[in-house]
Amino acid sequence: MTEKEQAMEIKDQQQVPSETTERTRDWPCFVPRADIFETDDAYLIKLDMPGVDENKIDITLEKNTLTINGYSNVERPEGYSLAAAEYRIGDYERSFRLTDKINQEDIEASYQDGVLKLNLPKAEEAKARKIQVKVG
Amino acid sequence: MYRRLRTPSMWRDLERLQKEMNTLFSDYTTPGIRTAPSFPSLNIWADEESVMITAELPGVKSEDLDISVEGGHLTLSGSRTPEELPEEGQFHRSERGYGKFTRGINLPFEVETDAVEATLKNGVLNLMLPRAEADKPKKITIN
Repeated sequence: MTEKEQAMEIKDQQQVPSETTERTRDWPCFVPRADIFETDDAYLIKLDMPGVDENKIDITLEKNTLTINGYSNVERPEGYSLAAAEYRIGDYERSFRLTDKINQEDIEASYQDGVLKLNLPKAEEAKARKIQVKVG
Repeated sequence: MYRRLRTPSMWRDLERLQKEMNTLFSDYTTPGIRTAPSFPSLNIWADEESVMITAELPGVKSEDLDISVEGGHLTLSGSRTPEELPEEGQFHRSERGYGKFTRGINLPFEVETDAVEATLKNGVLNLMLPRAEADKPKKITIN
């Protein structure tokens, strides 16, 4: 390969650590890989959630905790046996604690090609609350 | 000469494939040594007549994906491009990764290239690779 473009590097897929409460669904649950970008007005979040149907995604924002749940509906192909496996099919779950207040009404979410995109605009009061620290 | 009965070559090849995959995996489990996982992750399903490969390709558009089959070799390559972001701002997390990727797989048989089917849905690629008619075992009838 002669291209100088950067080769793809990703983080290893993490499984959601099992807690004392068990999940009702008997299959793994993964922590989706995320990109979080913060601007002055909003948080832009992207999550890799392949194999999830767009209407099987739950996004909740309670106080400052954003929780994303995605339920996979990929089925085992019938009549085939698994010869090699590098990934497992499972659900996705991840929570983030946001430091700024979010304008709940204007949250935008879209799902395309296995990627969930969230735009969380900061509330006006959060923007106004920022106080410039003077040096001197 | 006496020869032992052997398993059909296809299953031997599948076993070899499985072994290769296992060695790939053992890299992850060796404590202290961690290699970056290869992208995309693949699952390989097989029956006597075909192989089905599924790959997790979130954020990869079909036009950025290149699939080629030559005889018994499959190459999957492409790229994931980052989206334009506002200039002002900063990344808190960047786990998804962007760039080019290539993966090659030796299949256990020759593939009927015209009959290969590929679908990309919700970031999951589904590749159906039927075995070439010429490569299928011939039943020999005794006259």
